[in-house]
Amino acid sequence: MSEQDILSGLAAIVNEVAGVPADAVTPEKSFIDDLDIDSLSMVEVVMAAEDKFGVSIPDAEVKNLSTVGDAVSYIAKAAA
Amino acid sequence: MSQGAQSTAQRRVVITGIGATTPVGGDATSSWNNLLAAAPGIRSLEGEQYAGLPVRIAGTSAVDPGTVLERHEARKLDRCEQFALIAAREAWSDAGTPEIDGARLGTVIATGVGGVVTLLEQYDVLRERGPSRVSPNLVPMLMANGSAAVVGLELGARAGIHTPVSACASGAEAVVMAAAMIRNGRADVVVAGGTEACIHPLTLSGFASMRALSTRNDEPSRASRPYDKGRDGFVMGEGAGILILESLEHAQARGARIYAEYAGGGMTADAHHIAQPEPEGRGAAEAIRLALQDADLSASDIVHVNAHATSTPQGDIAESLAIRAALGSAVDRVAVSGTKSMTGHLLGGAGAIESVATVLAVHHRLAPPTANLEDPDDEIQLDVVGHSPRQLPAGDIAAINNSFGFGGHNVALIIRSHP
Repeated sequence: MSEQDILSGLAAIVNEVAGVPADAVTPEKSFIDDLDIDSLSMVEVVMAAEDKFGVSIPDAEVKNLSTVGDAVSYIAKAAA
Repeated sequence: MSQGAQSTAQRRVVITGIGATTPVGGDATSSWNNLLAAAPGIRSLEGEQYAGLPVRIAGTSAVDPGTVLERHEARKLDRCEQFALIAAREAWSDAGTPEIDGARLGTVIATGVGGVVTLLEQYDVLRERGPSRVSPNLVPMLMANGSAAVVGLELGARAGIHTPVSACASGAEAVVMAAAMIRNGRADVVVAGGTEACIHPLTLSGFASMRALSTRNDEPSRASRPYDKGRDGFVMGEGAGILILESLEHAQARGARIYAEYAGGGMTADAHHIAQPEPEGRGAAEAIRLALQDADLSASDIVHVNAHATSTPQGDIAESLAIRAALGSAVDRVAVSGTKSMTGHLLGGAGAIESVATVLAVHHRLAPPTANLEDPDDEIQLDVVGHSPRQLPAGDIAAINNSFGFGGHNVALIIRSHP
């Protein structure tokens, strides 16, 4: 799976959970500050990402995922 | 809330907006029009999860909330919260989207059982996929105060967010409590009402085991028939009703359109049985008397009653005795409507949508029909409005909305015309 695939998969999840248009979900955006995703929604995004990409994203890791790009890189490494 | 001598200094409370989503319409106007047309919104429950249940009919909402709300919004809300939000948005807009300091705005939105369907669905998720897949939104969706909180959050209500719970009396109790918030100066505007969305095989089975529900599965639209000899129990419904209550001076200062006035309310309890009403309706009669006292009105001022009238063999009789006892000889000039004949019983939402119907009846001077009244029970000595709406008199008029709940809760509220 390419990073582009991961990004568009993640964008679909963020759109589903938070209503953000998929094309606004770009790597430099911060989940909290730019996409207005609160902590409950972040839990949902992580759950859906784990299911969609078949990876595990422990709580301890989630706090390091500030931007969309951070999440994409983490998922790419975990799925490899 | 004062029950007893009326203070002349008491702030007056008016209704400046209404909203509803019910089995007979996705908004207040279409709901009202279908009530006037005596058009029931009771349908067969088609899903395979209902096959084999003793009761397979319900008042499902005329407009699915999923077609109204944005998907990402709807997914975090239990269906009862979805109904409440839709009705509240309509009511707020109907009131003219008032500009108000959040510290002077409150919500009082009731429910009988809250987000139980989400609870049941997430229990399946727990068992099938494990705890890590249980939604982080389960608790906010399940909690009974969820609807009041969701609406309060949207509107910035900081004076207070409250959820009275009294089973089938909840929605009316919310209106009485909201009026009290304004009368005692805690708020100038309160978004008040009730919601319910618990149509599910488990809840249907629970009520069916109590033998409380109609089993007229082959003729859904004829199943809810208050006051008719052929009635055999109530029909569950879902939906929400919301009133915007406002102090008279606040409404007049901003030039709001005023539908009617909340004149007063009375509440008592039967302490008789956990689910059955006291057979002579003594507690209910006292609630009506207290409402009249609170409103500083007499029985002869009443021209219409939106009865609780659930279509149960015992309940309809007990209430008729209560109405006769409280209104005395004036009862002969009162047009009684049983609108559950069309909407079914919305449980925590019933008192709210019926308050909407009572406000519109007073405002339009039309008592709505009672559908399915083909063979009136002669044990019930009330003047029940039949298949067509009935004109109400000109001038200053008042109407009562009754709601009674499992647990023995009795609520009567009075709506008065506003010139």
